[in-house]
Amino acid sequence: MKILIVDDFSTMRRIIKNLLRDLGFTNTSEADDGNSALPMLQNGNFDFLVTDWNMPGMTGIDLLKAVRADEKLKTLPVLMVTAEAKRDQIIEAAQAGVNGYVVKPFTAAVLKEKIDKIFERVNAG
Amino acid sequence: MLVSNSSGAGVDVLAELKERALALVDRLENSDYPGATEMIRRLNEARDRSIYHEVGKLTRGLHEAIVNFQIDTGRGIETEKMSQMANAQERLDYVINLTQKSADKTMDMVEQGIPVAAELGESARQLRADWQRLARREMSAEEFRSLYQQIDSFLGKTDAASGNLGATFSEILLAQDFQDLSGQVIKKVIMLVKEVEERLVDLMRMAGQVEELTGIFRAPEAVEKPAADVVPEGPQIKAGQRTDVVSGQDQVDDLLSSLGF
Repeated sequence: MKILIVDDFSTMRRIIKNLLRDLGFTNTSEADDGNSALPMLQNGNFDFLVTDWNMPGMTGIDLLKAVRADEKLKTLPVLMVTAEAKRDQIIEAAQAGVNGYVVKPFTAAVLKEKIDKIFERVNAG
Repeated sequence: MLVSNSSGAGVDVLAELKERALALVDRLENSDYPGATEMIRRLNEARDRSIYHEVGKLTRGLHEAIVNFQIDTGRGIETEKMSQMANAQERLDYVINLTQKSADKTMDMVEQGIPVAAELGESARQLRADWQRLARREMSAEEFRSLYQQIDSFLGKTDAASGNLGATFSEILLAQDFQDLSGQVIKKVIMLVKEVEERLVDLMRMAGQVEELTGIFRAPEAVEKPAADVVPEGPQIKAGQRTDVVSGQDQVDDLLSSLGF
């Protein structure tokens, strides 16, 4: 499984990369904002996208909307991992088609649970 | 109605205007039109003078703020030192760099330590399996001699690993020094921000007095709620005190499942 991790802070990308590796996902790539992530997704055969919300250039919510609007990418599972905790934002992300929403700070257990849940649904549907 | 400020200028102007207005009325009642015209001129002059006075205060206030915060206006004011704003920006950049370095260092140490612990565990497991075979008397003399050496080697490894991990933990501890340094820097920036806010409030008050004197009436600005676009706020500091914000993963999950997601 090929995963793209998008966050403008390299520390957070590293943490997520390590957690994913502990869960057995070793094929990961990184981008530091939506603008660089989108072409990578379009050309890269990724199976899963993990993204932050607040990023310069293109934000995570805009990246999500762009992914859902793209013919090739619209079914890509997307997990948001972000500090943004306003109800309106959570709802906006859900309505834009996010598959899971994790708020920072988070634990390894929560990350695993959300990823498992997303792939249960993907495999069932 | 002029609000009297601490220097009492407002009160003085009112008194002066009142005095001249009474004099005007007096001239008019005596049909002294040249005298009345002169009084009108003097009324205007009193008002203008007070406007200049208040504008002067405002300008001086602005100038002081610029000098105080060492803002570079590019107009010949002392620019050798960078402005305090630019200084604050640099300080916050410094905090970002410092915390980044600390995080990287800590993670490097962790990534180095994890395999050491894992390997030790693995060796122990293998050794134990052999030891249990010995206990079940499934071992030959030859194998026992080898086990003898394996135990010695394992104990040596444990000793070394313990030293390694101890040193690693020490380094991780030291890498937390960023908190102290960044805390100090951030405190300074907080002070600067407070000062700027106080100055702005002062300036606004002075500007308000100028507006009153010139008869400018500014309709109270309605507080606008951002329209359809939801504005991202970053990490929530006081989630418990707000109703429009969740304070943990459980609440996120509840919210989403209550909406059928």
